[in-house]
Amino acid sequence: MKAQVTVTLKKTVLDPQGKAIHHVIESLGYRSVVDVRQGKFFEIDLDGIQDEAAARTDVERIAREVLTNPVIEEFAYEIKK
Amino acid sequence: MKFGVVVFPGSNCDHDTFHVIDKLLGKPVEFIWHETQKLQGYDAVILPGGFSYGDYLRTGAIAKFSPVMKAVRAFADGGGLVLGICNGFQILCESGLLPGALMRNRGLQFICRHVYLRSENTDTPFTQTLQPGQVLKIPIAHMEGNYCADEVTLDALEANRQIVFRYSTSEGEVTDAANPNGAARNIAGICNEARNVMGMMPHPERASEDLLGSHDGRSVFESMAASLVTR
Repeated sequence: MKAQVTVTLKKTVLDPQGKAIHHVIESLGYRSVVDVRQGKFFEIDLDGIQDEAAARTDVERIAREVLTNPVIEEFAYEIKK
Repeated sequence: MKFGVVVFPGSNCDHDTFHVIDKLLGKPVEFIWHETQKLQGYDAVILPGGFSYGDYLRTGAIAKFSPVMKAVRAFADGGGLVLGICNGFQILCESGLLPGALMRNRGLQFICRHVYLRSENTDTPFTQTLQPGQVLKIPIAHMEGNYCADEVTLDALEANRQIVFRYSTSEGEVTDAANPNGAARNIAGICNEARNVMGMMPHPERASEDLLGSHDGRSVFESMAASLVTR
């Protein structure tokens, strides 16, 4: 079982890196791109866990305690078998 | 009195900090390796600047899980003085010993230059030898110095007088132009409610002798030593 976790800045937090990337994309002529925000991707190998509910509990704790700074970031994840 | 300077893998301002306390203040000081699980006999602990754990994941994010941090937390809870400088400030925020977070500078550049700080609160063990409003010239050297917290937290910091230093002009005016990294309300340093834990992004240990361009930072260490005499 694998967990794929994405970590992004909260919507209320300024993302200057996302803005810089947006400017580059705009300068290449993609006028329909209105915003870009940058985040992080983690892939966690859960070898040894059989129960999806247990996997979800572990992944949520790992995401909260390690992968994100809850002051400025939030996360989403998927379990893939 | 005894000072301790914690050394994480990747800390690089530990020796400068040690030097100020040892050679300029003449006080007892020791290095504390990050694997140390017990802090005995220290009156003040400093988390120095640097790139602990290479800033992997987030600045200070992995250092907060270092064995020594349990002891640092207990030391702080017991009223011991804890000063976090730059990466040390980041580690204190990640650990929850101070509120808020340090984010990437709004200009996306690593900034390494002298800045001016206005002393907002001189009723702390870290600033008691300063005058209210006194301006200090101290260098910063960081990529993630942009202090942020939600409005409720920022308002509470103001109300509780927990903002210790703000970025200002040389005349002490707090302006956006004087803000090097976009930090909310020009915040350069804060303390906890109990005022025994402080974090600051600028490097007072690099401004403790005129040879390095300013001795203004020495006041932070002198304040700590003075406060320990009367504790």
